[in-house]
Amino acid sequence: METLSVQIESKSENESLARVIVSAFAARLDPTLEEISDIKTAVSEAVTNCVIHGYEEKDGIIRIECTIEDNELTINIKDEGVGIEDIEKARQPMYTTKRDKERSGMGFSFMEIFMDELKVESEVNKGTAVTMVKKIGNIS
Amino acid sequence: MQAKVKNNTLIIYVNGDLDHHNAEKIKKMADTKIMENQIKNVIFDFENSNFMDSSGIGVIMGRYKMVENIGGKICAVNMNQSIKRIFSISGLFKIIDQYDTASDAMSVIGEEE
Ligand SMILES: Nc1ncnc2c1ncn2[C@@H]1O[C@H](COP(=O)(O)OP(=O)(O)OP(=O)(O)O)[C@@H](O)[C@H]1O
Ligand SMILES: [Mg+2]
Repeated sequence: METLSVQIESKSENESLARVIVSAFAARLDPTLEEISDIKTAVSEAVTNCVIHGYEEKDGIIRIECTIEDNELTINIKDEGVGIEDIEKARQPMYTTKRDKERSGMGFSFMEIFMDELKVESEVNKGTAVTMVKKIGNIS
Repeated sequence: MQAKVKNNTLIIYVNGDLDHHNAEKIKKMADTKIMENQIKNVIFDFENSNFMDSSGIGVIMGRYKMVENIGGKICAVNMNQSIKRIFSISGLFKIIDQYDTASDAMSVIGEEE
């Protein structure tokens, strides 16, 4: 098993950094361009949610932990922000609590569509953790 | 981020990834240009952009809402495969017209580049 563990400040500049770091780690599995783009989108959605919702654009730390086991990439992205009251509702397509900020409510839908598994854990005023799994080159 | 105004049409040359970070810059720039120039149509040119996430949907939907009531159009051109996928999954293609190049979009809108 191989692991990657990084923490970044909750800033919009770091969204692209997170995409680059995780996709460089994933490159070890020799993914296709489409798989890389799936991973980048999912990471971007999760990290952006920490910045916008978790920490409401204030200071905070975002933790990213990845593992590679066989052909499976697991990505865990965590904040210690405001948390989510109703996770099931939050995961619904087009559901957003920030419509005034031009959010479309598609973030969780993209994570679900582009990855093979999505788990969301959250506690109000404690934070949110998103775990995503993707099998690379799945032609067994 | 670069932009060009031609009569009532604004072309936005998206430079780099259209994520939350760049979305805020594009919105500010686009809205200033839209106000100053009585813009009716907006063309997003993705030639120099390879990536867009849900933040980009917000940018495009927001500008759509600004011009739809005056009969304006939003177009997207020069999109790569992964940006097209985001458009189609999110349903953006129902309200946004897609062309290969900005000049194709311009000629349909009725203006010359
Ligand atoms: N890390 C988080 N901390 C707190 N709340 C969150 C977090 N992630 C998501 N949420 C909540 O879940 C809702 C849905 O998230 P999702 O990413 O699907 O949509 P969005 O961020 O509102 O819009 P979009 O992602 O399309 O810009 C958010 O509006 C927010 O209320
Ligand atoms: Mg989101």
